[in-house]
Amino acid sequence: MASLKALKMRITSVKSTQKITKAMKMVAAAKLRRAQEAAEAARPYSERMAAVLASLGSRVTVGPESPRLLAGTGRDQVHLLVVITSERGLAGGFNTNIVRLARRKAEALATEGKSVKLLLAGRKGRAAFARTHRNAIIANMDLTHGKKLAFAEAQAIAAEVMRLFDAGEFDVAHLFFSRFRSALVQEPTELQIIPAALPAAVAEVTAGAVPAAIEYEPDEEAILAELLPRNLGVQIFRAMLENQAGFFGAQMTAMDNATRNAGDIINRLTITYNRTRQAAITTELIEIIAGAEAL
Amino acid sequence: MADLFHFELVSPEKLISSGSVAMVVVPGTEGDFGVLPGHAPLMSTIRPGAIAIYEADSNTLTRRIFVDGGFAEVSDKGLTILAESAMPVSDIDPAKVSVDLAAARAAADDTAIARLEAMQAATVN
Repeated sequence: MASLKALKMRITSVKSTQKITKAMKMVAAAKLRRAQEAAEAARPYSERMAAVLASLGSRVTVGPESPRLLAGTGRDQVHLLVVITSERGLAGGFNTNIVRLARRKAEALATEGKSVKLLLAGRKGRAAFARTHRNAIIANMDLTHGKKLAFAEAQAIAAEVMRLFDAGEFDVAHLFFSRFRSALVQEPTELQIIPAALPAAVAEVTAGAVPAAIEYEPDEEAILAELLPRNLGVQIFRAMLENQAGFFGAQMTAMDNATRNAGDIINRLTITYNRTRQAAITTELIEIIAGAEAL
Repeated sequence: MADLFHFELVSPEKLISSGSVAMVVVPGTEGDFGVLPGHAPLMSTIRPGAIAIYEADSNTLTRRIFVDGGFAEVSDKGLTILAESAMPVSDIDPAKVSVDLAAARAAADDTAIARLEAMQAATVN
């Protein structure tokens, strides 16, 4: 049995670990709130954008001369998977889940004979894919954001995706991230970003009113061509915000579990410690009594 | 009191401003256009430039906000501008803009040049 001193040292060590995990949980909770607020603040823009695209989409018929972001390249041979993970760990299965979903997709595409390219945003996805799909990784983006996620970072990723698309590097792009359901539930999600799926037109509602009354400047096609790349950035930004909020949620849960586990270990160790101490005292007493009787 | 309509300026990060205004002059891609209450529904792209906001009545300019380009939508609900970045013209530092402009010209970065020139023009007026 471990000595009393060793037990005491273990208890102290677990206690300090518990303090750290508790602090991390609180920090994650505070950051989660901020991330949720940021996600909320971004909603008006993306809702407007979706509404505008929907109303445009109902007017423009997709044909070969439509913007390529909408019509696609006409092939689906090369797929680009944009995988957004977090920069840090200690968030339970958060990153693993995203990576697993993306990897499954990559494998499914590979068995269909399609080639797969990966664009990874976030440090955690990199290590995971470096093991299995080292050759497929074409770009790594750093998410070096400080306290607040800036739209510029999403734009940087969107610009890189656009550059690759214009260079004919891929035909179809998918975005992988974790959708934020609640602080406890994050749902790894796949979203096709190129060719863009126009949001289901809410046209029925507006069409009833005054369908052809809106003036377009320059014209529908030009606006669409200008909006689609912007929309790409917005979609990526949204995904990043959801990811961020989800990450803190996952971290909070993970740290809460860690704190609870540390508590359990402390309880168990304390019981062992007390038993050992009592055993030592009993042994000592028996020795003294035996010694006294022998006299 | 003059007629007012609803105006919203939205960036991906937040709702920058929202309120009732008398007139807004928007730098559209095909030329500036002013929006007054009861404007016909319109969708237009925006070039980099300053949005002039006339809050109380259509004669007094109250605020000017520089936007990086974006998108304007006029509907019966009012005017909505989607801009990727926006800042008050008074926050632009002319000295910094000219330094950046020189750098952009040196790098032959067309989009940056257009943006910075528009910024410069906005500070002059």
